[in-house]
Amino acid sequence: MSATKRIVELPVQTLESMTLNMGPQHPSTHGVLRVVLELDGEVITKATSHLGYLHRAKEKHAEHKTFHQFIPYTDRMDYLAPMSNNTAYVMTVEKALGLEITPRCKYLRTLLCELARISAHLLWLGTGALELGAMTVFMWAFTQREKIYDLYEWICGARFTVSYMRVGGVSRADYPEWRRMVRDFLGQYMKAHKEFEDMLNGNEIFLNRVMNVGVISGADAVSYGLTGPSLRACGVNYDIRRDCPYLAYPEMDFEVAIETKGDCLARYFVRMKEMKEAWKIACQALEKLEKCSSEPVNIDNPKIIFPPKENVKKSMEDLIHHFLLASEGFKVPSAEVYSAIESPKGELGFFMVADGGPKAYRLGIRSPSFINLGALEKMSIGATVADIVAIIASLDPVMGEVDR
Amino acid sequence: MPVDLNKLSELLNNKLKEFFGEKILSIGITPQNELVMVVDRDVIVAVCTKLRDDADFRFDACSYITAVDRSSLGIEPRYELIYQLYSTTRKHRMRVKAGVPDDDSVIDSVDSVWKIADWTERETFDMFGIVFRGHPDLRRILMPDDWEGHPLRKDFPLGGVKSFYFKRSTEPRAGEPKNLVPRVREQLSDI
Repeated sequence: MSATKRIVELPVQTLESMTLNMGPQHPSTHGVLRVVLELDGEVITKATSHLGYLHRAKEKHAEHKTFHQFIPYTDRMDYLAPMSNNTAYVMTVEKALGLEITPRCKYLRTLLCELARISAHLLWLGTGALELGAMTVFMWAFTQREKIYDLYEWICGARFTVSYMRVGGVSRADYPEWRRMVRDFLGQYMKAHKEFEDMLNGNEIFLNRVMNVGVISGADAVSYGLTGPSLRACGVNYDIRRDCPYLAYPEMDFEVAIETKGDCLARYFVRMKEMKEAWKIACQALEKLEKCSSEPVNIDNPKIIFPPKENVKKSMEDLIHHFLLASEGFKVPSAEVYSAIESPKGELGFFMVADGGPKAYRLGIRSPSFINLGALEKMSIGATVADIVAIIASLDPVMGEVDR
Repeated sequence: MPVDLNKLSELLNNKLKEFFGEKILSIGITPQNELVMVVDRDVIVAVCTKLRDDADFRFDACSYITAVDRSSLGIEPRYELIYQLYSTTRKHRMRVKAGVPDDDSVIDSVDSVWKIADWTERETFDMFGIVFRGHPDLRRILMPDDWEGHPLRKDFPLGGVKSFYFKRSTEPRAGEPKNLVPRVREQLSDI
């Protein structure tokens, strides 16, 4: 009747252990993550993750879509910080083309990436605290997030899936009222941040649930490919914004947050400090953006970036360029590039092989959440069932990025 | 801090060629300022161990392992494995590539060198069908465990082949005549 299916059977460690399925539908697994726990009483002896519930074949789609058409696909990877994903992708294509973006675009992208970092860490804070029982922090964090969503909406029309970056620039330039809104948000953010710290930093219940939970050593973290806040919480001083700088980060003055213990509490402290530093960088980027706000934001190459829509209706060349870009797209000569940014979750990299056509030949997505989640099995040995919630929350995986 | 890629590539040239000789096929810097080294697949574990442990290189972390199917470009060997390495201490990056042919798509696993290989090699196996010798647990990771075929190969269509999850829908449902147009889409061409 049915063809023979090869079902993979995973060996059970001992006859006394119990297998508990923390299924793909679970309020605390940060999306559709399935973790099969083998328990000895309440203690986890083995945790196996099963992924793929949100696999949407993005790498395969990238081979069939033009470079411009793929930008919305990148939004939906780490859907909590879409500006970062867009930036990483267009930076890869710009690196392959050898394009140099304008200073105003650099500052704008830096500002938006740091706002995305604040937004993503706020969600980590809100949902992480909620899963451990602190519901007030969830409400407060999401109030701030809504303000960031408003900023996104005022600059590009969409709250969530912004698709804002373009190869060579951005889709719509920023304007004075928007910069004033950003200034207002940044002005009130530090007070809210202090409220989060007051709520959680000395909270005995919170500290008991995250201290010494999910410990991973620095050497293990580096070997497992952990990046981002999870790596810096183990004492490894590696931040792509400082070590392989991109965009406007060489001009920005910021500190890199490091902790040494490698447990959930260390990751909490690292992310809280990163939010403060992101606020600092955002303020600096906004100042610099104000200074060059009269310069053009996109590069002056209508063969790669869309010409302004008003000109398309008046000028013949711009009409032709718009038509060619929308129908066939620009071509990237043969190249092989890997370009990575420090996204809120870690090192987000795109490996692209271009073959001279309008579509990528191969686009490999190095997603930080996928690789960070690989360390979950190591971190959760010896933890209790209640701790695995705290561990997954502190690793902060986004399933859209894990499964792509 | 700017990293001197020319100096690094010279060091690699000197140190690795004396150990591995002609198994190091090429070392070069791309126009996009990236250091790329192509090696023969037999020495991949030895080369990676040396890159990780040698004091001049210290590539203690691998960022990404993936593959490229070059059959549409017509280059042999068909698959090229990409190992993107970086150093948390020296802050330099490089790429190591190894070619794997179609009929014998096996290569040693670098799981003993970096633990990141655990999941990234599983994903490469899942998507391309390249078998990693010595991997502790090589099974599919993104596709369902009983999926047939390897999606990122160039001969696997975007819409998928006739998926066996829809097999049951070829059976007519109760009360319907038998010779209806079958519900399964045979093959989706480029969207």
